[in-house]
Amino acid sequence: MDLPEVKVEMPKESFSGKIREVMIGASPDDGGTRSKKIVAGGENTLPYIHFDGQVPNPPAIGMEVWDIEPDFPAVILEELGDSVKDPAKWAKRCEDLGADFVVLKLVGINPEEQNRSTEAAVQTVRDVLNATPLPLFIYGCGEPKKDSEVLEKCAEAAQGERCFLGLATEDNYKSLATAATAYGHGLVAFSNLDINLAKQMNILLLDFGFDPQNIIMDPLYAGLGVGIEYAYSMCERIKLAALIGDQTLQMPMIGDINRCWGTKEAYAVAPDWGDEKSRAVAWEAITGYSALVTGANLLVVRHPGTVKLLKDAINELMGGE
Amino acid sequence: MPTAIEVYKLLPKTNCGKCGFPTCLAFAMQIAAGKKSIEDCPDVDPKAKETLAEAAAPPIPLIKVGGENPLEIGDETVIFRHEKSFFHPTAIALLVDASAPKGEIERRAKEFDEMVFERVGQTLMMDAIAIKGDDPSKFNEAVDAVKGNSNRPLILMGKSSVISDAAKKLADEKPLLHCQDPSDFEGMVALAKETGSPLAVKTQANTAGEALKELSSMSQAAKDNGVKDVVLDLGNLKMNEMLQALVAIRRLAIKRKFRLLGQPVMFSLEGMDSRDALLASLGILKYASIVVVPEADRSYIYPLLSLRQNIFTDPRIPLQVEEGVYEIGTPNENSPVLLTCNFSLTYFNVAGDTEGSKVPSYIIVTFTEGLSVMTAFAAGKLTPESVKKTLDEVKIQDKVNHKRIIIPGMIARMSGKLEELTDLDIMVGPRESSGIPKFLKDKWS
Repeated sequence: MDLPEVKVEMPKESFSGKIREVMIGASPDDGGTRSKKIVAGGENTLPYIHFDGQVPNPPAIGMEVWDIEPDFPAVILEELGDSVKDPAKWAKRCEDLGADFVVLKLVGINPEEQNRSTEAAVQTVRDVLNATPLPLFIYGCGEPKKDSEVLEKCAEAAQGERCFLGLATEDNYKSLATAATAYGHGLVAFSNLDINLAKQMNILLLDFGFDPQNIIMDPLYAGLGVGIEYAYSMCERIKLAALIGDQTLQMPMIGDINRCWGTKEAYAVAPDWGDEKSRAVAWEAITGYSALVTGANLLVVRHPGTVKLLKDAINELMGGE
Repeated sequence: MPTAIEVYKLLPKTNCGKCGFPTCLAFAMQIAAGKKSIEDCPDVDPKAKETLAEAAAPPIPLIKVGGENPLEIGDETVIFRHEKSFFHPTAIALLVDASAPKGEIERRAKEFDEMVFERVGQTLMMDAIAIKGDDPSKFNEAVDAVKGNSNRPLILMGKSSVISDAAKKLADEKPLLHCQDPSDFEGMVALAKETGSPLAVKTQANTAGEALKELSSMSQAAKDNGVKDVVLDLGNLKMNEMLQALVAIRRLAIKRKFRLLGQPVMFSLEGMDSRDALLASLGILKYASIVVVPEADRSYIYPLLSLRQNIFTDPRIPLQVEEGVYEIGTPNENSPVLLTCNFSLTYFNVAGDTEGSKVPSYIIVTFTEGLSVMTAFAAGKLTPESVKKTLDEVKIQDKVNHKRIIIPGMIARMSGKLEELTDLDIMVGPRESSGIPKFLKDKWS
């Protein structure tokens, strides 16, 4: 049977908007000490749709480091080993695992819990900056007053490194924005799983006079099994709105996928669900992968096994071998 | 469905009234609304009927694979799930190698059938068995071995000369016939036509652009030769090309009404490791109707079925948690009891933050039609009476020996009334779930 020739073209669509390119980390050329800088964003197409437009910068993958010993599930702690007892060692470990950047979470400064002092937090930031030349994100504990106080001092200690401070919320953005501007850093604008709240948070920062070149948005990426479908559709809507031309949503997105550990299914020893070691990696990787496919420009992961897997997937999605 | 004006253009425009409506335009409006059929017009040109049927057909047809409880694929109408919903979940099919020993095939079929998960009130399982072989007698034996252990829908993969007997014998069950080899295309088309079964055609291309051309061409030839139901197999495209092809096909189907590619799509994984699980995820996230997996490793199948369950929920209907008592950690008779609504996102947050507090607790979920606490309260779906009803039903007093219930801070206003109704000590908790750890630390002892 001779097959008929059928003409079919790729159904190209183009967008007038594009995601802003934001630089993370400052190398010696830019007045910092980081070994590399990351450029997030820049695409004028939905994620990896190369026949529509350009994706100039592949997403980068960061890993979490805590200032106190974390209460992660055993499947993660076994892989991280003793490094979690020392933020500097842990950060170095992230570098060895192939992470592009480190997200230092100052969980221990929470006044309701360990209430680590500002000085101790600043020392941790210095230690981590010395331990690894990777670009750094510095997050507070979520308590607005303490975060404002601590992050200002951390910003000062990391002056010129072009770190990203977070999480900026309605309650603390003014003090974080002031500190970031004063010491040459950027901000991560956080909102709680809602496109309108994400937009509002960005507008608050813009109205405050904060430079959009210094904003990365974290609209909360929910985990597999715990609301991922909400995050998936919200991120698709954010990307579409940005590409159509909404400048208040054209910030690169960071997908901090730690929420995927919010269900036991991710890590529990339960033969019915299969081996927990491979399931844990699959659980976090699938969450991260879906964030990539909906437009995350940066990912933050916990499990060492996920880093290379997702980096390889990004390489494949970018058209590499 | 076309608009009334588009339908009107196909009608005789004589306003004869034989259809029961005074004018052709009035009749056209009825057709466009789906209330009347064009058959009611005695004078309509048969060509117009065809045009209308074509225009009214869904962009991707529904295809059924299997007999009694068929697998339903296709019939999708949107590119993004937030536009409406995705309707027919990506089927996961398990590959069975027909050349394997009979015992091994039986074991696999049995394992397939028994792999059933309960997850948030739904049953999750794989959907079909794909049997692949190159020897007719071994293939028939394999089909018998599978049929003896599972009656789920089948995909028959192999040359037409290999699968012919089985395809004819199982014609009533409408297995999906899978054409692996382009040189066998003619034989497979004939077999699909004879048995009335759906046919999957597979591209050999390495790029999305080439794959689209090949598949369109095979789709056209299959239709020209009387095969109605066609499934498009994207073959061995690399992850990047796979994504381009999946997106292009869905766009062409939905936006351009390009019928040749307006068909369900499938592909097979070569292995089953964590990277393959990501490729399978791509299929679930981006429009594949069937993904064939070579191994049923639970540690990958369970996350994939969970992802499918999540993505294929209808975004127009909030996902709900069943009413009842949920244990966080290992609570005892002195543990705190927290109340929340049945909107799943709220529940996930409350459960997560309660777990974070490291205080073993009970969470009572009360039915609020999937609305969040604030919305349900405002809409009158979360009232002292409705909470009392839940409390009566879940019999929390059998589990704890205290009378304290922590309610969300957002409904503090109902605490008095609730106390009256239930004779319990109502404690007003934090407004946001993130305040739960501090609340339990400070107020619960």
